[in-house]
Amino acid sequence: MSIRLKVPFERGAVEKLRSGEQVLLTGTLYTARDAAHKRMVEQLEKGGTLPVALEGQVIYYVGPTPNKPDSVIGSAGPTTSSRMDAYAPRLMEEGLKGMIGKGYRNEEVIASIKKHSAVYMAAIGGTGALLAQKIISSEVIAYEDLGTEAIRKLEVEDFPCIVINDSHGNDWYKEAHKQFEESPNQ
Amino acid sequence: MKEIAYQDIVDEVARICQEANYDLGEDVVNAFKESVRTEKSEAGKSILNQLIENADIATSNRVPMCQDTGVSVFIVKLGQDCHIAGGSLQEAINEGVKKGYDEGYLRYSIVDDPINRRNTGDNTPAVIHIELVEGDGLEVQMSAKGGGAENMSAMKMLTPSAGMEGVKKFILDTVREAGPNACPPLVIGIGIGGNFEVSPYLAKKSLFRPVGERHEDPEIAGLEEELMTEVNKLGIGPQGMGGSTTALDIKVETAPCHIAALPVAVNLNCHASRHKHFVM
Repeated sequence: MSIRLKVPFERGAVEKLRSGEQVLLTGTLYTARDAAHKRMVEQLEKGGTLPVALEGQVIYYVGPTPNKPDSVIGSAGPTTSSRMDAYAPRLMEEGLKGMIGKGYRNEEVIASIKKHSAVYMAAIGGTGALLAQKIISSEVIAYEDLGTEAIRKLEVEDFPCIVINDSHGNDWYKEAHKQFEESPNQ
Repeated sequence: MKEIAYQDIVDEVARICQEANYDLGEDVVNAFKESVRTEKSEAGKSILNQLIENADIATSNRVPMCQDTGVSVFIVKLGQDCHIAGGSLQEAINEGVKKGYDEGYLRYSIVDDPINRRNTGDNTPAVIHIELVEGDGLEVQMSAKGGGAENMSAMKMLTPSAGMEGVKKFILDTVREAGPNACPPLVIGIGIGGNFEVSPYLAKKSLFRPVGERHEDPEIAGLEEELMTEVNKLGIGPQGMGGSTTALDIKVETAPCHIAALPVAVNLNCHASRHKHFVM
């Protein structure tokens, strides 16, 4: 039922994805949320370079809890993506191919996803304990001072996501809601 | 006059902060199980089952069920004949939060001010509401309130002509706009009446009632039932992936208000409705 995929994506893999499909990702993800996005885009605006080359990469919007000594990461589920809408189009210009979070994206982000042949996927919000089991390593690689909001390099195995906004302009939330909406008078 | 030691409060607060994040209440887990039975979407059922599995892992491994271990919100009922020996109640609660979050490997999610946004590094200050009551007891209720659902909460100063139709429309619009962002299935707290600061507090307070329990006033209980039916027709479903379980429960609290006013507040709680309490 689920499609197994390598991340970063292989050539042509993103274009094949369709909204509503369930995927299992294996490979490398980078974490970033509010503060790291703000800092990355400020760096670009000043003409600087990013601490991570984003070409072809996937960012996971997460701020994990601290890991216990016997585990690689604490609880690590997705945060609300719309807070990254102000920054996501700029990062897609840098080659970012995928984003994982939860919740709606704005029209500008959806248009950028189409323009850059990228993809937005959702992980199940509030399942941070379950999702942490799919993360096999975690290393802070930039902005360590941001604590939970630092950029981490994660290695994941069969990390489950659902495609929300595909590179063809489809939006799974809209389609799914329509399918189950009942009239208020029923 | 009863005396309660400062350190005892610190230790109890630390304990419930961790338990709130590791052990999802039986009321919520039962609501998940019931929803698996009634949910119309197969994808929705699968998500609900993953929520149950996640709660099991959190409890067994003593890890937080969600990485957003929240703002620590307290509603305290302090008996007027109760004395805290060795420090202030507010300090005891904040020290308990610090201890609980540090020793429990919970995330620090508070910044020192909204403009400069530096993380305080210990999840304090907590949000503390103290109600002075009769007697010599101390009851402390704690909620670990996540940011995603809080961000989608809303308040509106309606006026009387809007009537209950206006109130219902505002509630449904708020839930629809929140969609997947607030991590449905939701527990929805509604405050109607009071004034500009009272109705959001009523909404927050209502979320401390157990999931599945109806209001003792039959009229309000009826409104809760009616709102449940309407919200679950929106089609949003678990995680906004479509379905009939948009809300696990809806709680309503009301208060007297000005002749010119009809305030309404909608406080959304994600499915990780984390509430614990202790009594001394």
